[in-house]
Amino acid sequence: MTGIIALYIFMLAAFTGYEVIARVPVILHTPLMSGSNFVHGIVLVGAMVALGNAHTPLEKTIGFVGVLLASGNVVGGYVSTERMLEMFKSSQDKRKGGKA
Amino acid sequence: MSALPAAVAGDLIQAVYFAAALLFIIGLKRMSSPKGARAGIVWAGVGMLIAGLITFLWPGMHNDILILTAIFVGGIAAWWSGKRVPMTAMPQMVALYNGMGGGAAAAIACQELVRGSPFAPAPVVLAVIGALIGAVSFSGSLIAFAKLQGLIKKSLRYRGQQLVNFLVLLATVVGGAWVIALHGNAPMQLVVAFFALALAFGVLVTVPIGGADMPVVISLYNACTGLAVAFEGFVLGNAAMIIAGMVVGAAGTLLTQLMAKAMNRSLANVLFSNFGEGSAQGGTIAGSLKPIDAADAGVMIAYAEKVIVVPGYGMAVAQAQHKIWELCQLLIDRGVTVRFAIHPVAGRMPGHMNVLLAEAGVPYDLIGDLDDINAEFDTTDVALIIGANDVVNPVARTDKSSPIYGMPILNADRAKNVIVIKRGQGAGFSGIENALFYLDNTRMLYGDAQKAAAELIQAVKATE
Repeated sequence: MTGIIALYIFMLAAFTGYEVIARVPVILHTPLMSGSNFVHGIVLVGAMVALGNAHTPLEKTIGFVGVLLASGNVVGGYVSTERMLEMFKSSQDKRKGGKA
Repeated sequence: MSALPAAVAGDLIQAVYFAAALLFIIGLKRMSSPKGARAGIVWAGVGMLIAGLITFLWPGMHNDILILTAIFVGGIAAWWSGKRVPMTAMPQMVALYNGMGGGAAAAIACQELVRGSPFAPAPVVLAVIGALIGAVSFSGSLIAFAKLQGLIKKSLRYRGQQLVNFLVLLATVVGGAWVIALHGNAPMQLVVAFFALALAFGVLVTVPIGGADMPVVISLYNACTGLAVAFEGFVLGNAAMIIAGMVVGAAGTLLTQLMAKAMNRSLANVLFSNFGEGSAQGGTIAGSLKPIDAADAGVMIAYAEKVIVVPGYGMAVAQAQHKIWELCQLLIDRGVTVRFAIHPVAGRMPGHMNVLLAEAGVPYDLIGDLDDINAEFDTTDVALIIGANDVVNPVARTDKSSPIYGMPILNADRAKNVIVIKRGQGAGFSGIENALFYLDNTRMLYGDAQKAAAELIQAVKATE
């Protein structure tokens, strides 16, 4: 990937991120922070490639730590976001259920 | 591992990464409205799954067993902890998982640098900057986690702290610049020193920050991790990492600004001011705290026409949201108008209270945020404050010397009566005395929020 193409990607992605969040109601700020936390878990694929190309024991150790941490980010980010959003699923049903 | 020809595998991988990036953006977009939010995380999850799986086909990959072991161990630990923690502990778990992502980005950079092969100029600059941001996000998030989890109780502050932090940062940047000057082909000692300094800076800069500011800090580190991931994505030539990381970096930055703005503080102020240092002396407030028992408080709210509930961290700590909603349902059945007023920074994360109220099943239409509910306090009979403190402190409007002066607050003091449920007589998290508690129309109901709510339920039932 050439530098200038990457620069375009950086710019467009930055505007996308800004636009995606610009109209978010306050009630979803925490789930969204958690959700974006999950999304940067994509670092996992980079960590996998890094470990996959590691040769010396030192490189393997660092790569292993990287994949370990990244999978924690992915799975933890998913589970916590999912748990938060689960509560927003159908407040109407819950209201009926709560009164019953 | 790949049985496919390298070129085909490469194209396939790029196509899947493209799809993953698209799914992430759609997922985040859907998460920005309550209706589609639940589906949003599933979309993003699918993107993550296919991106992760296809990566095994990367030409020339080995160490498959190591990779699988690391994913398995890290994944299981995160799954177990993520499922197990109570909702109230979510802010620190987000900090923890976020720190792990930052650490992973730093590890990628670290591995590239210890490999010792020379870099082109652009990748080495971004690798080093990404490593710095990722490492700071890693150690800083761990400190944020430890603080919210109660593992670190004190906010360490000392004379000359800013100078020490600045010098450590300066040394880190010099170390990074040196690595760049060597085109990434740096001696091991230098790489180790650079990472050690970056990690130390993350610790040093986070340790003095008080609990009330933690939401902003966690959000900032979330954005930082995104940026670090994007930069390391450039180093690896991985477009999915660049896009996902940059989207999170931008979104996280905006979110951080929204939060800081809600507290009427600049980001620099949150990070570098010695908030709370001067506030211990506080202004002396005339008047006294007037306690009330649950029976009287129950009568007061049962015969009110309109009650606004202001939840805060105290509700989260006591896990009182279910009891509070039960109480409110009782009141609604009696014909009392009940609303919930949520300050943007109530609790430990923006929207923290919304998540808890949603868990208890409170419908959205009863919940108002700062702007749309503040005018209603004037026509409210009882403002019921449940473990909230700084966000209802009228000092923010009146006392220019107060550290929270200028922060928009909920005007609970304008209600005809105020009942404050509070564990004890101590000051709030920021250490600032709350003038609201001393007003003539304020009554203090001491006790754990859940117990107090249960007593109020009994009291309201007794009036029937």
